[in-house]
Amino acid sequence: MSNDIIWLTFFVLSVFVGIEVISKVSSTLHTPLMSGANAIHGIILLGAILVAGSADGGIALFVALVAVVLAAVNMVGGFLVTDRMLQMFTQRKKKPAPETSGEAG
Amino acid sequence: MPTWAQFVYLLCAVCFILALKGLSGPKTARSGNLIGAAGAVVACALPFFYVDDMDNVALILVAVAIGTAGGAFGAQKVQMTQMPQMVALFNGVGGGAAALVALLELEHFVDTDIRAVYLIATAFTILVGSVSFAGSIITFAKLQELMTSRPVVFPGLPVVFGAALVGALALSGVTVAEPVMWAGIVLALVGLAVGVLLVLPVGGADVPIVISLLNAFTGLTVAAGGYVLQNTVLLVAGTLVGASGTFLTLLMAKAMGRSVANILFGALKGGSTLGAGEASDRPVRSAGPEDAAIMLNYADRVIIVPGYGLAVAQAQHALRELVDVLNERGGKVDYAIHPVAGRMPGHMNVLLAEAQVPYEQLKEMDDINGDFKDTDVVLIVGANDVVNPAAKTTPGAPIYGMPILNADEAKQIIFMKRSMRPGFAGIENELLFDEKTTLLFGDAKDSMSKLLKAVEAL
Repeated sequence: MSNDIIWLTFFVLSVFVGIEVISKVSSTLHTPLMSGANAIHGIILLGAILVAGSADGGIALFVALVAVVLAAVNMVGGFLVTDRMLQMFTQRKKKPAPETSGEAG
Repeated sequence: MPTWAQFVYLLCAVCFILALKGLSGPKTARSGNLIGAAGAVVACALPFFYVDDMDNVALILVAVAIGTAGGAFGAQKVQMTQMPQMVALFNGVGGGAAALVALLELEHFVDTDIRAVYLIATAFTILVGSVSFAGSIITFAKLQELMTSRPVVFPGLPVVFGAALVGALALSGVTVAEPVMWAGIVLALVGLAVGVLLVLPVGGADVPIVISLLNAFTGLTVAAGGYVLQNTVLLVAGTLVGASGTFLTLLMAKAMGRSVANILFGALKGGSTLGAGEASDRPVRSAGPEDAAIMLNYADRVIIVPGYGLAVAQAQHALRELVDVLNERGGKVDYAIHPVAGRMPGHMNVLLAEAQVPYEQLKEMDDINGDFKDTDVVLIVGANDVVNPAAKTTPGAPIYGMPILNADEAKQIIFMKRSMRPGFAGIENELLFDEKTTLLFGDAKDSMSKLLKAVEAL
């Protein structure tokens, strides 16, 4: 099996898994789900780090570092903001929860 | 790459699958998100441990720290009402990062015998990442009301858009035929233009769908970038987001009764700019909080229709208190949540959860629409388009075909509004002029507190 076929296999299987795992989502969770998926593609940070790690300096390094900053904003901000949203969904189960929302988030 | 590192990458990819799975159920959502975060952190830390000749480590760590601080600050400070534009912004910078990574890879390919498949993937990432970046910035500007939220169309826009697309394809062709830096850079610039032109004609109410679509775009660019870098976890994570994001976009569009093509290109055909965007001077019936209080207090069945205006005015806490009082006095009160109430599907649930409204009182549209005809009073707070009968009666209206809450079937309707301005979709609401309708003008928070006091006084 050629290398490219293996990559294509990864891709096609991931498409089906991606659709399958969220197929039963209720509309209540659309916003957090979109936000969570958004955070997951922040994994481009890994790509940016790899590229920056092999940059020779000068403009290329600068551009790579900009990519690292942007990707880190995407990833960290994405996961944190999703958690903040979901925190509210869990809070209401414990009904009149005391004001403990200061930490985390 | 050592086998153990590949193995860890595989575990990270599994984390992302579990994250998406978890995020689609209310009980597992939070842990799902945390699993995804854990996978992402581990995957990003990995290169520092297995890449032998890793340069610029200190600078990279500084850049990560800056980005982390920025992301954390934004996530912490954003108000729940502004969540959609925050997601758009995070998505945009992710797309931008992917495009930059691909540009740097292209530089490595210059003057080499690299195979065309890699160049195709590289060109794709540069182009679509730029589209996603610029498009997301425009959606951010629209939702943050830095610019008009109405569709922006100028004569010749379809031609310019078409030209930009053709240019993008031609430049991609150049890049694939012979990897040269200038083509990649111009391709990125054209991609930015395509992104702007794609989102400009989209009306404010449809912007959430576009955010979801651009989110899927960014996922696909990350997948293509993963192929270029020959990194499995990027490919798998990006593809997962691309596929689930596309599917989610279709689900959302369905909830609004629209097709994605219509949302993107509807305004270009000219059909969906019916909205006047101006206040009408037709007669309406308005009343004070005391009258509305009496109507609510003696009603057996009340349905609340909350909208974005409620959250903007921060009136949801007062509303919850009002509902508590009415419930104590024996009335049956529920909230009717339209799938796109707020600015994104599920946004209103987040906003009401913040005000600690019990989950059982939130009813989805399909579950409650049959109840309106037996309802004594519908209280509409800061909502407009989701109860606009034009969605059923006026072909050509931007929201025509969108399923709406049947508030018009109730015996009495109280409309809490700041002014007679039309809703986000920019069209007049016939329901305001219905003889069953009473308008309560004023800031939602102010009116709600007065209404609460008036009900308590009865």
